[in-house]
Amino acid sequence: MGFFNDPIHFIAAWLEGLFTGWGLPAGLINVILTFLGVFLVANFGMLYVIFLIWVERKLAARMQDRLGPNRVGPYGLFQTIADIVKLFTKEDTTPEGADKAVFNIAPIMAVVSVLLIWAVIPFAEGWIGTDLSVGALYIVAVGSFGIVATLIAGWSSNNKFALLGAFRTVAQLVSYEVPLVLSLMIPVLLARSMGIGSIVEAQTNWYSIFFFMAPIAALIFFISSIAEVGRTPFDLLEAESEIVAGFHIEYSGAKFAMIFAAEFLHAFTISVLTITLFFGGWQGLGDQYPLVAWVWFMVKSMMAYFTVAWIRTTLPRLRIDHMLNYNWKFLTPLALAVLVVTALLDWLIVNGFGTTETIWRPAILFAANVLIGWVTYALLRRRAAQRPARLVVGTPRPVARPPQPPAQPEPEAAAD
Amino acid sequence: MTPIQALFIITSVLLLVSGFMVVTARNLVRAALWLIAALFMVAVVFVLLDAGFLAVVQVVVYIGAIAILFIFAVMLTRRVMQESGPQSNSWWWVAGLFSLLLFFGLTWIILGWGGAAQHAPRVSAADLDNIEQLGLALVDPAGYVVPFEVASVLLLAALIGAIVVAWDRN
Amino acid sequence: MLDNWLFVGLMLVVAIGFPIVPILVARLIGPSRPNRIKSETYECGIETVGETWVQFKVQYYIYALVFLIFDIEAVFLFPWAVAFDQLALFAVVEGIIFIIILFGGLLYAWNRGILEWV
Repeated sequence: MGFFNDPIHFIAAWLEGLFTGWGLPAGLINVILTFLGVFLVANFGMLYVIFLIWVERKLAARMQDRLGPNRVGPYGLFQTIADIVKLFTKEDTTPEGADKAVFNIAPIMAVVSVLLIWAVIPFAEGWIGTDLSVGALYIVAVGSFGIVATLIAGWSSNNKFALLGAFRTVAQLVSYEVPLVLSLMIPVLLARSMGIGSIVEAQTNWYSIFFFMAPIAALIFFISSIAEVGRTPFDLLEAESEIVAGFHIEYSGAKFAMIFAAEFLHAFTISVLTITLFFGGWQGLGDQYPLVAWVWFMVKSMMAYFTVAWIRTTLPRLRIDHMLNYNWKFLTPLALAVLVVTALLDWLIVNGFGTTETIWRPAILFAANVLIGWVTYALLRRRAAQRPARLVVGTPRPVARPPQPPAQPEPEAAAD
Repeated sequence: MTPIQALFIITSVLLLVSGFMVVTARNLVRAALWLIAALFMVAVVFVLLDAGFLAVVQVVVYIGAIAILFIFAVMLTRRVMQESGPQSNSWWWVAGLFSLLLFFGLTWIILGWGGAAQHAPRVSAADLDNIEQLGLALVDPAGYVVPFEVASVLLLAALIGAIVVAWDRN
Repeated sequence: MLDNWLFVGLMLVVAIGFPIVPILVARLIGPSRPNRIKSETYECGIETVGETWVQFKVQYYIYALVFLIFDIEAVFLFPWAVAFDQLALFAVVEGIIFIIILFGGLLYAWNRGILEWV
């Protein structure tokens, strides 16, 4: 095991030898090494956010034909650090009548809910915090802390808009969790395992990545994950024109920074989860040294993150009834249909060919997905033809026209 | 005392404290938050018992769904948020008496049962956390297939019942 | 097995510590001069009127309820999905019937107009 193939296990083995030399008991060594692993993963998450915020601001700026941060450091790279310093030196206010203890717990809980997901993310072969046998459900479970965090942040602020925002958020989060969980079940079904590490290992060949077997499920997962993060187009929870800023209105200084960091890390986490569950995670072409696999992992997840940022800068915000209809009347039935079809077909294919490693498996499942997609499209077309979209106003009103423009002033007069 | 035992004792104490706070908190939302803490501690106890699946299910269903439902239900009712009325009525001593009776009765029964003094048979961790076996048992005709399907019908009934109750009164 | 959860447990401790440390540091280095006006509830500069904790509509409750039903469904179906390799076709159909019954619940709610945001 060379250092450059697998530095993490190399260092871990060296440390274990060192500690054993000191005569520490095996249990304690295990705890210390695990703690170092935890510290590494958590630091990676929290420090990477600093870089991500810069990436996203630069991307958004370029997409909107701006320059973005470009003053602090090369290419504005240290802008986020300057922002952190600014946020930390701001006054940390607590609104009158707030439930202080709960108010302080909420930002901590928001960070916890996101960081805990990273315990089961495989960065490369063997580079995984812990491959829990219930990994997929664990992700859902940890996500529910995020819901609670939002709810208590809004409730404890003693602010109408914060509470309204929190309620809206929770309605959105619990709604979108239904298609999220249903589409999460499809990789579990295809891999026959809930462990995230096992799900990645099941996608060995280029054609056996789960995106080819379940493209619709991958899309549903990606869309509902974006809704779980509360990003555009699902960012009604912070619609500044309606509810000021949503549940975190009253937070300032470091506590706001924590909520903000948790949101950004969550956005990156869903990109990572999407590529892990549907695009083979750290698996890549060529040699699979852990360090190379980690590079594949980062490249893929940054591509997914780019898509998240791209969607954010492109789409407008949805209206709340549209958003909920989209979830309950489109995503959820579609996810259920895909689940039923995938389950039935996959059983028939795997038992018919007697193996999971056949190219027919992705081929047939992909064809079935195309068929489902086509049927969905046809149904939507029919429904749209039956029911034209209702206008918000009762009767169409004539378009306001500006009065005739006043006569242009003479160029000579303007020059005066 | 092994570290596991220490963890178990800490978790149990926190669980009992949270449970106590649930019934004594004056603010209903705060009571619900203490309930979430108590439910989380139960999940930790499941983990200590090597039952990872149950622990995760505990968090998904109880904290992720039922606790949220509680908080929503509390918010639906008007003017309960800062209610500071008396927390007990003149019958509190009867309730206390029955609680004590129940507590000592249960303790007596458990102490009288021979199994309480024995160590549980050592189950290998692979058996205990085997989700595959659970999945097989759920849909096995010789196993739990009828309860499995009945559970689905029960969920459907719960959904329809709740809609009828909550919606038609509106 | 417990070794697997050791990582999660330590992660929980570290994840709690991570936000607490910056918040405490910020409290040390940041100013703290609260006054009545500053700690008023922020409503775009307008003085707040009435109670914060207003009554909410039943809609939220219904959504949470439908979510709960599907959540429990998922909990039942995950073990089924994991054991897929060893299932007979009969057992696969069992799971699908389970899904379809609950899909009926969704259709009922849809038909009654429960899912409309009013």
